Amino acid sequence: MTQNNRLSGGQIDRNTTVNFRFDNRNYTAHPGDTLASALLANDVRLIGRSFKYHRPRGLLTAGSEEPNGIVELRSGNRQEPNTRATTTEMFDGLEAQSQNRWPSLKFDALGVNDLFSNFLSAGFYYKTFMWPTAFWEKVYEPIIRRAAGLGSLSMEADPDEYDKGFRHCDLLIIGAGPSGLMAALTAGRAGADVILADEDFRFGGRLNSETFSVGDQSANDWAAQAVAELSSMPNVRLMARTTVIGAFDHGIYGAVERTGDHVATLPAGKPRQILWRIYTKKALLCAGSTERPIAFENNDRPGIMMASALRTYANRFAATASQRVAIFTNNDDGHRTAADLHAKGVHICAVIDVRKDAPVNYDYEVLSGAQVVNTKGRLGLTFVEVALPDGSTRTLECGALGVSGGWNPNVHLTCHQRGRPVWNDDLAAFVPGSNLPVGLSVAGAANGLMSTYGALQSGAEGAAAALELKDVRPDLPEAEDTPIAQKPFWYVEGCKRAWLDQQNDVTVKDVKLSYQEGFRSVEHLKRYTTLGMATDQGKTSNISALAIMAEVAGKTIPETGTTIFRPPYTPVPISTFAGRMKGQEFHPTRLTPSHYWAKERGAVFVEVGNWLRAQWFPLPGETHWRESVDREVRQTRASVGVCDCTTLGKIDVQGADAADFLNRVYANGFAKLAVRKTRYGLMLREDGMVMDDGTAARLAEDHFVVTTTTANAVNVYRHMEFVRQCLFPDMDVQLISTTESWAQYAVAGPNSRKLLQKIVDPEFDISNDAFPFMGCGNITVCGGLRARLFRISFSGELAFEIAVPSRYGDALMRRLMADGEDFDVVPYGTEALGVMRIEKGHAAGNELNGTTTALNLGLGKMVSKKKDSIGSTLSEREALVEPDVLRLVGIKPVSPEEKVTAGGHLMNTAGPVDAAHDQGYVTSAAYSPILNSNIGLGLLKDGANRMGEKMRLVSPLTDLTVEVEIVSAHFVDPEGERLRA
Amino acid sequence: MIINHPLLGPRDSSEFTYLGDATLINRPDWQAEDAAEAFYEYGYVRDNPAGKHQELWFHEAGDRSWLVVTRDTTTHEISKVELARDVARARGRSK
Amino acid sequence: MLDLVAITALGGSEPQVDTVGGITCSEVPGVALASVAARMGQETKASKALAKLISAPAPGIGQHAGDTVTAFWAGPDQWMIEAPFDTHEELADQVKSALGDTASVTEQTDGWTRFDLNGDQIPAVLELLSMLDLRNIDAGSVARCSIHHVGCFVLCRSDEAFSIYGPRSSAGSLHHAIVTAMRSAL
Repeated sequence: MTQNNRLSGGQIDRNTTVNFRFDNRNYTAHPGDTLASALLANDVRLIGRSFKYHRPRGLLTAGSEEPNGIVELRSGNRQEPNTRATTTEMFDGLEAQSQNRWPSLKFDALGVNDLFSNFLSAGFYYKTFMWPTAFWEKVYEPIIRRAAGLGSLSMEADPDEYDKGFRHCDLLIIGAGPSGLMAALTAGRAGADVILADEDFRFGGRLNSETFSVGDQSANDWAAQAVAELSSMPNVRLMARTTVIGAFDHGIYGAVERTGDHVATLPAGKPRQILWRIYTKKALLCAGSTERPIAFENNDRPGIMMASALRTYANRFAATASQRVAIFTNNDDGHRTAADLHAKGVHICAVIDVRKDAPVNYDYEVLSGAQVVNTKGRLGLTFVEVALPDGSTRTLECGALGVSGGWNPNVHLTCHQRGRPVWNDDLAAFVPGSNLPVGLSVAGAANGLMSTYGALQSGAEGAAAALELKDVRPDLPEAEDTPIAQKPFWYVEGCKRAWLDQQNDVTVKDVKLSYQEGFRSVEHLKRYTTLGMATDQGKTSNISALAIMAEVAGKTIPETGTTIFRPPYTPVPISTFAGRMKGQEFHPTRLTPSHYWAKERGAVFVEVGNWLRAQWFPLPGETHWRESVDREVRQTRASVGVCDCTTLGKIDVQGADAADFLNRVYANGFAKLAVRKTRYGLMLREDGMVMDDGTAARLAEDHFVVTTTTANAVNVYRHMEFVRQCLFPDMDVQLISTTESWAQYAVAGPNSRKLLQKIVDPEFDISNDAFPFMGCGNITVCGGLRARLFRISFSGELAFEIAVPSRYGDALMRRLMADGEDFDVVPYGTEALGVMRIEKGHAAGNELNGTTTALNLGLGKMVSKKKDSIGSTLSEREALVEPDVLRLVGIKPVSPEEKVTAGGHLMNTAGPVDAAHDQGYVTSAAYSPILNSNIGLGLLKDGANRMGEKMRLVSPLTDLTVEVEIVSAHFVDPEGERLRA
Repeated sequence: MIINHPLLGPRDSSEFTYLGDATLINRPDWQAEDAAEAFYEYGYVRDNPAGKHQELWFHEAGDRSWLVVTRDTTTHEISKVELARDVARARGRSK
Repeated sequence: MLDLVAITALGGSEPQVDTVGGITCSEVPGVALASVAARMGQETKASKALAKLISAPAPGIGQHAGDTVTAFWAGPDQWMIEAPFDTHEELADQVKSALGDTASVTEQTDGWTRFDLNGDQIPAVLELLSMLDLRNIDAGSVARCSIHHVGCFVLCRSDEAFSIYGPRSSAGSLHHAIVTAMRSAL
């Protein structure tokens, strides 16, 4: 295809020709083009089908406000739906597809929707698909999803990289048009740290689209020179292809930089897009303005575009939608488009101006006081019907119609913290209100200053004011300074199907209908008609709809109200929000010191918070996890097992008041704990519920090491700092986490001492007398390595925990395995750990569930009444100490093979099964290979007095009823003889 | 949001963990006659002001200081940031 | 004679080194660490004793100082002491004897993993990793921050030399984040 609609001039590189494909046809273009400008240059006006009625649609605009010209980019797993052709930068090899059409763009089967438009008017979802209810999920929704929709997903994982980053500046300037460039020059010359961001790949904004001069240069030459000066300033950072998407609290802005969307192949490791968080002292919004349309009958045909867009395509991209163009306007700016196109050799059929006093022109016809009343052309505009002031009608043959209804300032970011724009009568438009995000000010057309000189001046002044620069009088170039007077003209009277929101197919009639049906608030109008709720957020339609609603209501626009805008300013791919946090790196992973060893052993891992812990260690031939777990339990209880318990939180507590401090945070007493002794500690929340449990080992008078559960390590540390800093600020106590410093292993089972004696250096006696149950101390192992030894047990067996510096953890585990061969040592994982603690009746996470007290867990006596500790007062509340409160019990099925289900509820053997008769519930369940029975722990009303009682364990959701017996929670070694062996 | 840490200067609020009302510093005396009632009030009864609110934030990804932040709940404007330890001492807390 | 062999935080017998563009990221296992927190009322004495230990004034907020044995600020009246591992494996004991009862000392050597970045354009990498205002960071600065949701210390030793300390257990994730950012930025 040749570029039939290519004009002269423009800011494209004609020396280079690139190839691209649209709907599987080949075309050529030049660097500097967008996909939109290249399609126009190649005489392609039809780009897609509309959302609801599948009407043929082309381009409406030349910018990010585009509602219609949305396509699927790329192919395979890189396919990206709903991308605006108007902002898609051209490169060699670009591939795009039209969307929402089947089987082809020119013949779309669902175009039939258009014929039934009367049934698909405002609120049609709500009215049509009301009943029967069952039909919604099975019938209506799938049909609607298929019929109405935008692009399609590849259903494959996106293979590209996305990134996140953080930048800081004194002044963020949003938009690099005349006001933004002038602001950046002013701030940059004054030495401020400036970031200038613009969504376009070329800085200059409207200056790139206009033919007038700035100073003694063309507008775009002036812009290029300004950019060159800014590039030379080390304190100015230029961010092209960067959309500032949101204004957040305290001067934080979100921005998306499209670093790789404009290249055919991304270099390895380079991101496609980067989501920046920009911290600013001040920000200046120089976002310009958006031309607004006029609604008239059939105003959505391909070829009907914003007049300013036609001008941009002609001046910047040297492309036109057609060689025969008409203009429909209510203001002088429309005439500027006619003049520019005429100068490029495009035939101007006529300028249709609704004003009776339209400016005269001798190069082409101007129809004053005229209006476009209809258009023709099935897949693209062919004729325009014009009503003349004398009542007659005239038909113009043209391939493009430029529409200009005036300009709306781009106030979006000023609304992001609920700021409301205010109506300006002179401009007949909303301008930023006074309630702006803190630190943000607005300059240029975004602030209602619509002339070029006004933009330059307010940019300079805005930067100077934001940075509190004194005596800065920037040398402003001369520029066009036409006063702007906009008289609103929203739609042509009598039209039936005149489109406002072209992306969501909302017409003037829909807005009126919605009002008649009682939707009086603008927010309701939006939701009922879906106006402004498409991916373009109604940038070209919201204000017109509001004006029509005001008219129907007989109110002024400010009385009717306005909607405000939310982030993001333009759509952002989910991948960009995810950045690097995907797949395995979705969150950071914490590995234990024995991780690599466990991996070699073929361990199955489980995520515990961010930790990966070995869950069990399957041996060859074991086909079910239970085989491995049962073996690990049996072998540990029969001889010795080793488990990595590094993940338990460890907090170093030191200071003269350390013991006193622990007395406050633990419900039980610590003041009298002897040095070289460890004690179980129960920590309550202030409301009396159990927060965590663990141990505290006293290494010296003023030095303890506290352990926490893996899950609560962070919370407990935070809580202890709260107690230290906020409640007892004068206590001499210092806290620091040492979780990561020490590789810690539980060595459990009757042969644990014998195994440890092989590695503990001979000068340390760990016999029962020298190192009794709950003893602790600093020792050395393996020829002088410093280590800590604690004689504590979670399994109920004779057991120790040994800690060495983490770097030696891998080696120590290997040594324990090698030295333990004589004892048939077994590594065990978290499953076996869980089984053994259930067998022993130790409460753990399932029981410390935030609703249990010490009394519930059978630990009521631990709560000391002789001292002040967190939670002790409220733990005595009446309801928490009633005689029949839940108590921890053991649960055993009458037939050992019957399953005990955690979460199942306990009911009396007779009587109804319902909440009113609930007696308690099962918290933990396991198969005990020692008892050869399923067992469980549970919380039962008055449980301590119900030993031996038969009950029903029920789970109505899974249809389970099991006869169980209530027993002591201590299934194994209830007297604790093994521990002390 | 940005919290202007009294020692470290402006820091992103994502580095902090929020706890709530800074009246949590005013822990009652466990030996007082009305201790049960006082702890109930302390634990459960809070003002919920639309406006200035003193609240506790922990600089978890920072220097581990607890801070008392005075924040307007309607605008997020932060008018004062203090070390909680100083506030606690000023409120008469000691050991 | 100790007969256990240590491994690095990334699980190797030798430290890992990655180079992208002009920047090298090196895993540094050869460092001993101990944390110091002044005892209540002993703050002045503690910082004097610390100054003697590192032959430089105790570093203030956001600073590090010292030569062979160095200290960096970690919190109010709290510091982290760094020294070469080979000569100071038992650093905590050495620091404790230097500071006596003026401070609580805790061994932190294996609590942390260290990655050193050397080369130009380090800020271009760091701005993808942390929200620190790098304009305020120069030789002698230290800041705590979050990298890939991992709490880290970033030390600037010179424009072209930074150290990042992160928790040892997260070494793999932290290393992945750093190297990914290097590939992205350089």
